[in-house]
Amino acid sequence: MKLKAPERVTFNKSGFCPGCGHGVAGRLIAEVAEEMGLADKLITTVDVACGSLHLEDWHFDTVMAAHGRTLVTAIGLKKVRKDNPVLAYYGDGAGYAIGMAETIHAGLRNDNVIAIVVNNAIYGMTGGQMAPTTLPGQKTTSSPYGKDAARFGKPFRIEDAYSGFDIGYLARGALVGAANINRAKKMIRKAFEKHMDNQGLCYVELLSPCPTNWNLAPLKAKGFLLDEMTKHFPLGEFKGGDAK
Amino acid sequence: MSERVLMKGNEALAEAALRAGCRFFAGYPITPQTEILEYLSWRMDEVGGSYTQAESELAAVNMVFGAASGGARALTTSSGPGFSLKQEGISYLCASDLPAVIVNVMRIGSGLGDIAQGQGDYWQMTRGGGHGDYRTIVLAPNSVQENADLTYLAFDLAEKYRHPVLMASDAAIGQMIEAVELPEFKEHDIDKFDWSVKGGKITEKYRKIQNIFYSMGPAYEDFLREKYAKMEAEEQRWESTAVEDAELVFVAFGISSRVCEEAVEGARAKGLKVGLIRPITLYPFPVKAFEEAKKVKAFMTNEMNLLAQMTDDVRLATGCKIPVYHSGSIFSISDTQELIARAEEVIRAAKGGDRT
Repeated sequence: MKLKAPERVTFNKSGFCPGCGHGVAGRLIAEVAEEMGLADKLITTVDVACGSLHLEDWHFDTVMAAHGRTLVTAIGLKKVRKDNPVLAYYGDGAGYAIGMAETIHAGLRNDNVIAIVVNNAIYGMTGGQMAPTTLPGQKTTSSPYGKDAARFGKPFRIEDAYSGFDIGYLARGALVGAANINRAKKMIRKAFEKHMDNQGLCYVELLSPCPTNWNLAPLKAKGFLLDEMTKHFPLGEFKGGDAK
Repeated sequence: MSERVLMKGNEALAEAALRAGCRFFAGYPITPQTEILEYLSWRMDEVGGSYTQAESELAAVNMVFGAASGGARALTTSSGPGFSLKQEGISYLCASDLPAVIVNVMRIGSGLGDIAQGQGDYWQMTRGGGHGDYRTIVLAPNSVQENADLTYLAFDLAEKYRHPVLMASDAAIGQMIEAVELPEFKEHDIDKFDWSVKGGKITEKYRKIQNIFYSMGPAYEDFLREKYAKMEAEEQRWESTAVEDAELVFVAFGISSRVCEEAVEGARAKGLKVGLIRPITLYPFPVKAFEEAKKVKAFMTNEMNLLAQMTDDVRLATGCKIPVYHSGSIFSISDTQELIARAEEVIRAAKGGDRT
């Protein structure tokens, strides 16, 4: 087995916690960009939360956007730099809470950017509060007795919200286990390919463990993701897909 | 070659932005700004730029943030309640050292207010209306011509300082139709900045657009002090009318200044020594203009707000040594004859008569 770090992932000190999926997601994006010969052109936008730590470990021109505005920042950027692939990278809090209007309207307009959304079912950077993706009964620092879905809603699913929209690509992968990670990479590659073909919004949600804020050891976090999260967030392609 | 045409203020502003090389606009409809958005909805295509009607002012200003990161000349416009929503983006543009132009076609009132002209956003616009330690250059046009000229200038100033520039227009100037000489078309090269994101080879240093104090560290404090000191030294703009021998000097900007011009003329015809200082930059406030008023016994601002917002700046400009009065209403543009009568009263009071 050949292992080689992508050139575009630096060896700068990383801010990610052990067992977090962000590092894997960042590597997959860099690998795909390099394999497709797009690394010299790629511009990324990142949110203010954990995902912004890629500013230190990615060797791409990167814009740090306001919380929840990462997608529209990328949209504005793409409109003036049409020859550059533009990728927005953010989390479920940004996309499905504070940035929900931006998420919906980017889908409605089918804006021509790649969105990679890391879903860990909580707010990571602020210490593990309940998010629109938090599972029913899941304990967080702002739902200490477990999330009451009757009060706060069921976990938000992007494939339901986008069901009526004609967007370029929509898929959900997971950042645990070699098979899932390889499949997630194929989804990211598919998003890049369709983006370069100007097919509009190419959207990949990636389920990520957050051992720190789930209060679980990395292997247990992996189990929680596969056993619990995927019940609410099925993996696969929902629009424009044929990645195996 | 410049052209002289009859145009609505909002449309002249929009056309001037394109001529300044602006090729990105995102906005949201709100009266009395909407003609800018409507005009650009068809005109931006003609010049090969990008136009987006966004889902909100928040989305629009953050699209501008993205376009500015890429080196484009970018514009968003709004009024009152919508301008409040722009504050998030303006604060981020300042923090990230990005140029952009944000227009507020002011209307009256807090909350929803109403769609008529107002000048109640003076504090919000000049003090840094969002969170954090920032201010921005604020340009205040008082005619359709200046809507065009100052918009054209705004993009250059934004670029000079890598800082957003605000335009304080209002419903009257936005809606009225006057003759305007449009500036010439200028090309803007989106790749000319070393700081803008554009992609690069692995051997190149990669560019990060973020709060610049992350990369600058302690040097940020001097950087910021010098940036604002330079604005205050180089960008004060104003117009003075009959100030040198004036005993009462009106201070007014935007549409209010046009009434004051007439009041100065009328007062002078009655033998009253009245002048006018019209700030064209609200920040930096034109303190230099006040040095010319050597015989002044009192200042009177005329603003369409009740809290006398600009009087703070007049007091600061004169070291609180000279009385500053306020005139104006939130509901209407002042009446010239009433202003002349107020001027007469204040001059009499300042000379030792009854206080007004």
